[in-house]
Amino acid sequence: MTGMVALYIFMLAAFTGYEVISRVPVILHTPLMSGSNFVHGIVLVGAMVALGGAQTPLEKAIGFLGVLLAAGNAVGGYVVTERMLEMFKASGARRRGSEGPH
Amino acid sequence: MPAWMSADLAIQASYFVTAVLFITGLKRMSSPVTARSGILWAGAGMAVATAITFLYPSMTNYGLIVPAMLIGSVLAWWSGKRVAMTDMPQMIALYNGMGGGAAAAIAAVELYRGSTEGYVTTTLAVGGGIIGAVSFSGSAIAFGKLQGLITRSIRFGGQQVLNLVLLAAALVLGALVAAEVNSSLAVVTGFFVLALVLGISMTLPIGGADMPVVISLYNALTGLAVGLEGFVLNNAAMIIAGTVVGSAGTLLTQLMARAMNRSLGNVLFSGFGDTGGPATGAVTGSLKPIEASDVGVMLAFASKVIVVPGYGMAVAQAQHKIWELCQLLIERGVQVRFAIHPVAGRMPGHMNVLLAEAGVPYDLISDLDEINAEFETADVALIIGANDVVNPVARTDKSSPIYGMPILNADKAKNVIVIKRGQGAGFSGIENALFYLDNTRMLYGDAQKAAAELIQAVKAVG
Repeated sequence: MTGMVALYIFMLAAFTGYEVISRVPVILHTPLMSGSNFVHGIVLVGAMVALGGAQTPLEKAIGFLGVLLAAGNAVGGYVVTERMLEMFKASGARRRGSEGPH
Repeated sequence: MPAWMSADLAIQASYFVTAVLFITGLKRMSSPVTARSGILWAGAGMAVATAITFLYPSMTNYGLIVPAMLIGSVLAWWSGKRVAMTDMPQMIALYNGMGGGAAAAIAAVELYRGSTEGYVTTTLAVGGGIIGAVSFSGSAIAFGKLQGLITRSIRFGGQQVLNLVLLAAALVLGALVAAEVNSSLAVVTGFFVLALVLGISMTLPIGGADMPVVISLYNALTGLAVGLEGFVLNNAAMIIAGTVVGSAGTLLTQLMARAMNRSLGNVLFSGFGDTGGPATGAVTGSLKPIEASDVGVMLAFASKVIVVPGYGMAVAQAQHKIWELCQLLIERGVQVRFAIHPVAGRMPGHMNVLLAEAGVPYDLISDLDEINAEFETADVALIIGANDVVNPVARTDKSSPIYGMPILNADKAKNVIVIKRGQGAGFSGIENALFYLDNTRMLYGDAQKAAAELIQAVKAVG
């Protein structure tokens, strides 16, 4: 990928992120922040590639830490977002009394 | 060679699919109706990208990659499953910091290896490295503050100067590396250490009330760092996902700061957030306590009640009891609404998540713009552990630090009941004029206990 194409991708992705969020209701701000937190867990693939090419013990140690942290970002981000969104139901869908699911 | 080529094609195609799934997922997460499926779409994208990356040509160290993934995943899975809904903000901060740390680790490996080619790529690696490292250590401090591990904000004279010096020093070392003047082990290490210290020193003076904005900012920064490292690794999935999060997170941060009537610079550099405000002189009158039984009667015979929850409800885990109380009232024909201030709690939407956990349908919940005109027609405004977001001082007192912040007009209701643990000031340290109004009564006690008493009181009315 050439530098200019990369720059175009950057520009289009930036507008996409802005558009996706701009009409979101306040009630979804926390789940959405959590969801976007999960999405940047894609750093995991980069951390895998970095560790996959690491040679010295220092590079391997940092790469190992990177993969571990990235996996934590992706998995943790998914679990908490899923738990939060699980609870969003309209009044028609849920009339179960005062006890929540937990 | 053909095997390599096809692996490369499969990887590129998979990353394309991942980018589509991520954007679709985020889009679906921005509407309550489809939000639930949004995370599944995004999750599928992550699974595809991770699986295909094992096919990367010339990958080694599988013996390290797999255990690292397992350890990180299991720890995060375990902690994410058992964290209470009230502690969600700090968990998001923690996971976000891990992502930032991973981006910095990628930069560190590439810079130590000297594998980045050309000034542009090296500069991007350095940029992603400093942003990721600041997000990592800063998020860790934010986590510590919200979790109660760090209880006070450390401030001293010249702190901003120190931060500037740290930033300048990190940038100088980064520039040495980027310009390929000196990429020695010591310089690269010094660069990362300075960036980590900068993240800590930037975040320590920021008060707890401002943490939502800070967490959102670090979320955006991590996205940006991931995008930059994506350029370094020539990885389209990282570029797109990181940049989308970077811009979406920036917008979200601005929305939050605006809701608090603060600029981002003000949040980061003013140090306001939990120091005591001096503006106490303007408040006159006295606090008038009330018994739960009297409140019960008032609620039972009201025609319209607006509930205003705040962080006090989260701390006391009172959301289930409050909803039980509201259901009793709804059965009696009382119109019940929930009014949520954009920055109630510790994150925007924090209260919505807790109310959703208790089973409150989201169509009973209104935000500031929808509900503010309705307070005038409400018989009772029931304030549960909220403080600054209903302080009328924000409308009137120009000397107050919260002057100009949009507030919920709870003071316009015929009666105001405030459930509050004690007589202390709010998180901002500002005395609340609402509590001293003639139509306000104070119900002291833990929110959960008070709600239980109110349930009994309403039942006793019969």
